[in-house]
Amino acid sequence: MAGSLNITAATIDPALLDLPWGVPLELWPDDSIAALPKGISRHLVRFVHLSGYVVAIKETSAELAKREYDMLRTLQRLDIPCVDPVATITNRTDADGNPLESVLVTRHLKFSLPYRALYSQTLRPDTATRLVDAAAVLLVRLHIIGFFWGDVSLSNTLFRRDAGAFAAYLVDAETGQLYSGGLSNGQRENDLEIARVNIAGELLDLQAGGRLQDDVDPVEISNGIVAQYRTLWKELTGSEEFDQSERWRINQRVERLNDLGFDIEELAIKTDTTGTQVRIQPKVVDAGHHQRRLLRLTGLDAQENQARRLLNDLDSYIATYGDGSVDEEMAAHQWVAQAFEPVIRAIPRELQGRLEPAEIFHQLLDHRWYISQNQKRDVPLAEAVQSYVDNVLRHRRDEATLIDPPTGAFTLETEVVGDDDEDDWRKNV
Amino acid sequence: MASVTFDKATRLYPGSTRPAVDALDLDVADGEFLVLVGPSGCGKSTSLRMLAGLEEINDGRVLIGDRDVTDVPPKDRDIAMVFQNYALYPHMTVAENMGFALKIAGVSKDERATRVLEAARLLDLEPYLGRKPKALSGGQRQRVAMGRAIVRQPQVFLMDEPLSNLDAKLRVQTRTQIASLQRRLGVTTVYVTHDQTEALTMGDRIAVLKDGVLQQVGTPRDLYAAPVNVFVAGFIGSPAMNLFDVDVVDGGLKFGTAVAKVDRETLGATKAKKVTIGVRPEDVKVATSGAGLPVNVDVVEELGADGYLYGHSEIDGKRVDIVVRVDGRNHPSAGDKVFITPEPDHIHAFDTETGLRLTKKAIEAK
Repeated sequence: MAGSLNITAATIDPALLDLPWGVPLELWPDDSIAALPKGISRHLVRFVHLSGYVVAIKETSAELAKREYDMLRTLQRLDIPCVDPVATITNRTDADGNPLESVLVTRHLKFSLPYRALYSQTLRPDTATRLVDAAAVLLVRLHIIGFFWGDVSLSNTLFRRDAGAFAAYLVDAETGQLYSGGLSNGQRENDLEIARVNIAGELLDLQAGGRLQDDVDPVEISNGIVAQYRTLWKELTGSEEFDQSERWRINQRVERLNDLGFDIEELAIKTDTTGTQVRIQPKVVDAGHHQRRLLRLTGLDAQENQARRLLNDLDSYIATYGDGSVDEEMAAHQWVAQAFEPVIRAIPRELQGRLEPAEIFHQLLDHRWYISQNQKRDVPLAEAVQSYVDNVLRHRRDEATLIDPPTGAFTLETEVVGDDDEDDWRKNV
Repeated sequence: MASVTFDKATRLYPGSTRPAVDALDLDVADGEFLVLVGPSGCGKSTSLRMLAGLEEINDGRVLIGDRDVTDVPPKDRDIAMVFQNYALYPHMTVAENMGFALKIAGVSKDERATRVLEAARLLDLEPYLGRKPKALSGGQRQRVAMGRAIVRQPQVFLMDEPLSNLDAKLRVQTRTQIASLQRRLGVTTVYVTHDQTEALTMGDRIAVLKDGVLQQVGTPRDLYAAPVNVFVAGFIGSPAMNLFDVDVVDGGLKFGTAVAKVDRETLGATKAKKVTIGVRPEDVKVATSGAGLPVNVDVVEELGADGYLYGHSEIDGKRVDIVVRVDGRNHPSAGDKVFITPEPDHIHAFDTETGLRLTKKAIEAK
């Protein structure tokens, strides 16, 4: 390979240099390829082991790779859940000096799952709905910062488990554009329409492949994103007007947003000329209300719903063991030491890659509730842990970096389980 | 099918003093293929997005047919953004891939089948309707993606740099396909590109924009033969027209040691002592001696039958780059000094101050 390879990266991992950049991605030797569940992609994407973690490598034009790299970095700075850009590599040539496509390298999001990996045989209606709900939250957050996605779909999203729900991460920013003045209603509506049509297409495709439970209506579920988005958008950005005497409605609005997982950073409050009517409108909202509280109190980093769940447990812990005089930080510290950490330590090492710690704790709380109901007694945490490990966790697959089945190119349209397609028809699109 | 009208349509971004699109007046006829072209930031994509309903229109109107759509949401405008999404679904047949958006829109099964078949015939996809996408060639897959837009039977197709992601070979191929398909379908199409070659080869008419202002709209031939100003003259044509300032002398324009003859009408249009002269690379004669503008040859690019000579000259102490089309085999070499003169009657003259065209008649390509 000619010596002019060009790598742009925020922090250089020397291992990047050892990858076979002089070979088209399609032909990379299997020993460097990691097997991961696959989604639908326009470009060739492959997963590769790199000094202790996994990266996704996408072949594309130099211009697009650079643009997407910058866009992902910007989105990260704006606190949008998205994949982590590692580097762009341009000026690739093969052994004969022929130019090869540039690549974008992103770090594989640990414990993340493409939607096609979220079912073993068929996709259940409630799972489909929860995926769509998570996508709606992501889309609202993107629109709030002025990002027009242009290609909203389940394929362009990764999901992390979040205490019974999902948290959605943006994977493909190729078609996206950031508008500093915010988005027009037309742009938002267009993104929403793209989402609706793409999600319907993806679910209809699962249906055609016999991967959707019979009672799931793809059109109805995809319409769900529109309703979910509008509700959330209205709550986060809408103005409301009330009488001066109803000022408690300001607090009520703040609490409603907190329940949805958002904090208000800036609220516009206006009174009319007579001073009797008040109009409020959130100006700046920030996702992660429970995440931030959990982080502040315990130092634990979790998804929003997981954080909510952990905080609930923390609150009941304080109610049970607190003597009323302990301050919140102290009690939280005790809860971590006496409740959370012992549970995580009790998970056998070989099972630690199954789920994230916060998700394990959430599932354990659910499990304890079920067995307590069954046995009509309050099962202690320590006892519940053993039962959870043996009866639940041991039977789950590893989701840290899902490795089943072994795959070639990420661009295959196959499922994680029961894959019966032989060729990658998408390879040359 | 419908016409499209921009009526003094203006887009001013919040916090900006200069409109991104400034009072755009443009009529696109029913069935016409209109290309919006210009350098980045000229307002072409913004104009398209105004038509699509993605950009607010601060002033003026946009009409599709007789209907004022200025305040109509995108999905109710009866337009289709083609190539917005290439995704083909692997488990669905070609027919399902083409028709599923109609299913979502609640179109009946019979109607869906009719429309899909109609589109498949236009796209030469009829024999493949029952196949899965993986059994198709790359070109066929692309046609299926086009089929998705066609079955919706929109009034207008909108395409925003649809070929920018393709490699050079596929780009040329797809360019021809889109243009011929559009003519067969007869659907009004507005197409955005920054590439003037794409514009010239595809459009019935081309609208050139710069800094949010429409410069000229016309057929490819109009724009080539009679650019209204220096900007259009330099933008349309590849390699670009040679443009530089020269002195007005008795009977014409000073061209090195020669005088380029210019008709009286053109010269009468200005009182200035200098004008900007424009000569296309194919309208230049090269000699090794004699009168003309002396040019130092920097490099000659051979393209088979033809070649392009790239050189430079000096006028009033300023370096001027020159491009000349030459014979592919018999041409000067790098390092040579040559003398160039314009072909008679192939000189475009522009007002140096305003940039506006002074030459009255059109100058057809040879």
